[in-house]
Amino acid sequence: MNFARPAFVLLAAAAIALPAAAQEGTLKKIKDTGVIKIGHRDASIPFSYLDDKQQPIGYGVDICLKIADAIKAELKLPKLKVEFVPVTSQTRIPILTGGNIDIECGSTTNSVERQKQVAFAPTYFMTGTKIIVKKSAGIKRYEDLKGKTVVFTAGTTNERAMKAYNDAKKLGINFIPSKDHAESFLAVETGRAVAFPMDDILLYSLRASAKNPADYAIIGEFLSDDPYGIMMRKDDPTFKKLVDATVTRLYKSGEINKIYAKWFQAPIPPKGINLGFPMSDALKALIKNPNDKGVEACGKMKC
Amino acid sequence: MDFSVFFQPAFSGGGTYLDWVLSGIQWTLLVSILGWVIAFTVGSVLGVLRTTQRVVLRAPATLYVEVFRNVPLLVQMFIWYFVLPEIVPRALGDWMKTQMPMPEFWNAVLCLGFYTASRVAEQVRSGIQSIPRGQTYAGLAMGLTQPQVYRHVLLPMGYRIIIPPLTSEFLTIFKNSSVALTIGVLELTAQARQISEYTFRTFEVFTVATVVYVLITLTVTVAMRALEGKVRVPGYLGPAGR
Amino acid sequence: MFTGFDFDVIARSLPYLSQGMLFSLGLTVLSMIGGIVLGTVLALMRLAPFRVLHLPASGYVNLLRSTPLILVIFWFYFLVPLAMKRLSGDAYATGIGPFYSALIAFTLFEAAYYCEIIRAGIQSVPRGQVHAAFALGLTYGQAMRRVILPQAFRNMVPILLTQGIILFQDTSLVYVVGLTDFMGAASKIAQRDGRLVEMYLFAALIYFILCFLASYVVKRLQLRYSVGR
Repeated sequence: MNFARPAFVLLAAAAIALPAAAQEGTLKKIKDTGVIKIGHRDASIPFSYLDDKQQPIGYGVDICLKIADAIKAELKLPKLKVEFVPVTSQTRIPILTGGNIDIECGSTTNSVERQKQVAFAPTYFMTGTKIIVKKSAGIKRYEDLKGKTVVFTAGTTNERAMKAYNDAKKLGINFIPSKDHAESFLAVETGRAVAFPMDDILLYSLRASAKNPADYAIIGEFLSDDPYGIMMRKDDPTFKKLVDATVTRLYKSGEINKIYAKWFQAPIPPKGINLGFPMSDALKALIKNPNDKGVEACGKMKC
Repeated sequence: MDFSVFFQPAFSGGGTYLDWVLSGIQWTLLVSILGWVIAFTVGSVLGVLRTTQRVVLRAPATLYVEVFRNVPLLVQMFIWYFVLPEIVPRALGDWMKTQMPMPEFWNAVLCLGFYTASRVAEQVRSGIQSIPRGQTYAGLAMGLTQPQVYRHVLLPMGYRIIIPPLTSEFLTIFKNSSVALTIGVLELTAQARQISEYTFRTFEVFTVATVVYVLITLTVTVAMRALEGKVRVPGYLGPAGR
Repeated sequence: MFTGFDFDVIARSLPYLSQGMLFSLGLTVLSMIGGIVLGTVLALMRLAPFRVLHLPASGYVNLLRSTPLILVIFWFYFLVPLAMKRLSGDAYATGIGPFYSALIAFTLFEAAYYCEIIRAGIQSVPRGQVHAAFALGLTYGQAMRRVILPQAFRNMVPILLTQGIILFQDTSLVYVVGLTDFMGAASKIAQRDGRLVEMYLFAALIYFILCFLASYVVKRLQLRYSVGR
């Protein structure tokens, strides 16, 4: 480990500190420490997950790295260290508000409810809750889940959508929580649970990396809409402005199409699977008109 | 601080968040107490085996204790829940995964029970070994068989002597039961976590959970003290007498 | 029985697993040191004749000993950063990082257990030693530092180390907040590659070997230290 480097970065940063335009909030913190802490997920394929060398990669991670570049340029830092911190659906918000990460790049639904705690960059993906089942289980519709066991990833919007549906239709589903998407899918794979409600795109990628993808079906109407956004701390306008501007620039320049194609329409690590998932109209519209509205403020599958 | 959150209608299930807490307490108590029944029974047998003269009895008991003591509880929990169904005969494995009622609950009970058994075994062994040899000889001299010596002399004394360390193991099982949340049992800690997620009232919710655990500890401690007083051997100093 | 299992997954992920093991060992050693230091302070407070000292110490120890470690980890992982933010008044205070959050949680938790071990250790030193030290004109601090604590620690070494082995096993619980200790690394690979059986059995084996060897060493030490008593 090189201990001299952070000290050098600090000195360098101090030497070129801009006298005017004093940064505050997260930007100041990044400037002072020379480090940006990016929260990533373990198994949100292809948004934020670990490759075969256990490095965080993905669509969201790529966009966050662009943001880190923009911050480095804005702060005129000679070097900006990117530190990755693993988070889960349960820990992401407390860790962000507590300051252990500056920005979360994963598969987090932007909701007005969550906006009471955190802020979001413009939506960068549009998805919604469906369920994955084993074809052999004979589940065709949500009603077929009556009295069955359903696994969910704790802390997700999908958990809430499925529970609300269960209450409304009085299905008497037996719920079991799990820590992350891989673990949840495993419960379906091993037969412990018959279904796993999750954002459909994540279900497609989980199915694609399964041992026998043909064994699974992704079914149902959307139980919820889930526009994804990069998450950051609330009430930090200068930081949010920079993040938003970076994302918008990627959208306007068309660079986003390349990043999208890299993760959704080409083979991706670790197994070289191609998800073959063309860009939805909803996302195309969002790229034309970037916004950070929460799901409650959006229409059905559009924002 | 705002504890009114517990009286708000819960997100799902129809009741209030207080009902979630109560259901969490119920699972914590159930997992711990059923786990303790296994731990006490299996641990006693193992403890006795470890004090016998026969190697064929002593060696497997020693092996058991070493294995269960030297693997973290979390790892054991995963082995019961994730690994066991895959390495047993297929039909049984399928049954464990799909037919078995409340698999996460029963796996947690078994895991906690067999894990704690290794610790109970050590206490029982040391309890028996702390009894002066003379008592065994006296028993044998009176014509008791070896099992009878255990039944009428060593165990009644041994259990009394080890009430304090057993109390501490019993308290530990309530705390260890929170590890069951890793395989999906919605016990008290898991419920606290879940409520804090729905309400963002982390401080209040964790405070209540902590207070409940303290109350469980106090209750068990008082009950075990009473038991200790009731079964004490007159004329004995130390834990068994006083 | 193990047909269809892929033990090669372990070889492929060894570097990642060793990183995780370094995390576990680092967390164990540092929180053991922190726990013993803080535990000694708490033990001295609990043995002090002043209420202002022993009441808070007893309260702390009993509270922590009644609470499950997982709940303590949650407390510190989620609330300490927020508390620090409020205390420092800086809304963007640098978080202390997951490793240090875990380290603080384990240190404070283990201190309660170490306190009890150390208290018993101090009480095991014959009273005559205290009287002799005072008679020689040593102050309380000198008596503790030069006479009581050295003897007490000598008696306690095996128990302190045994507690350290338990602590090493307990570090696996950082799994609940998604950190990458040895168990965290094993479970991340297990789930990504769908290789739970291989990884969890391997993890169990490694923990067993390390803890068993450590216990054996402690047992030898115990025999050595108990000579002459």
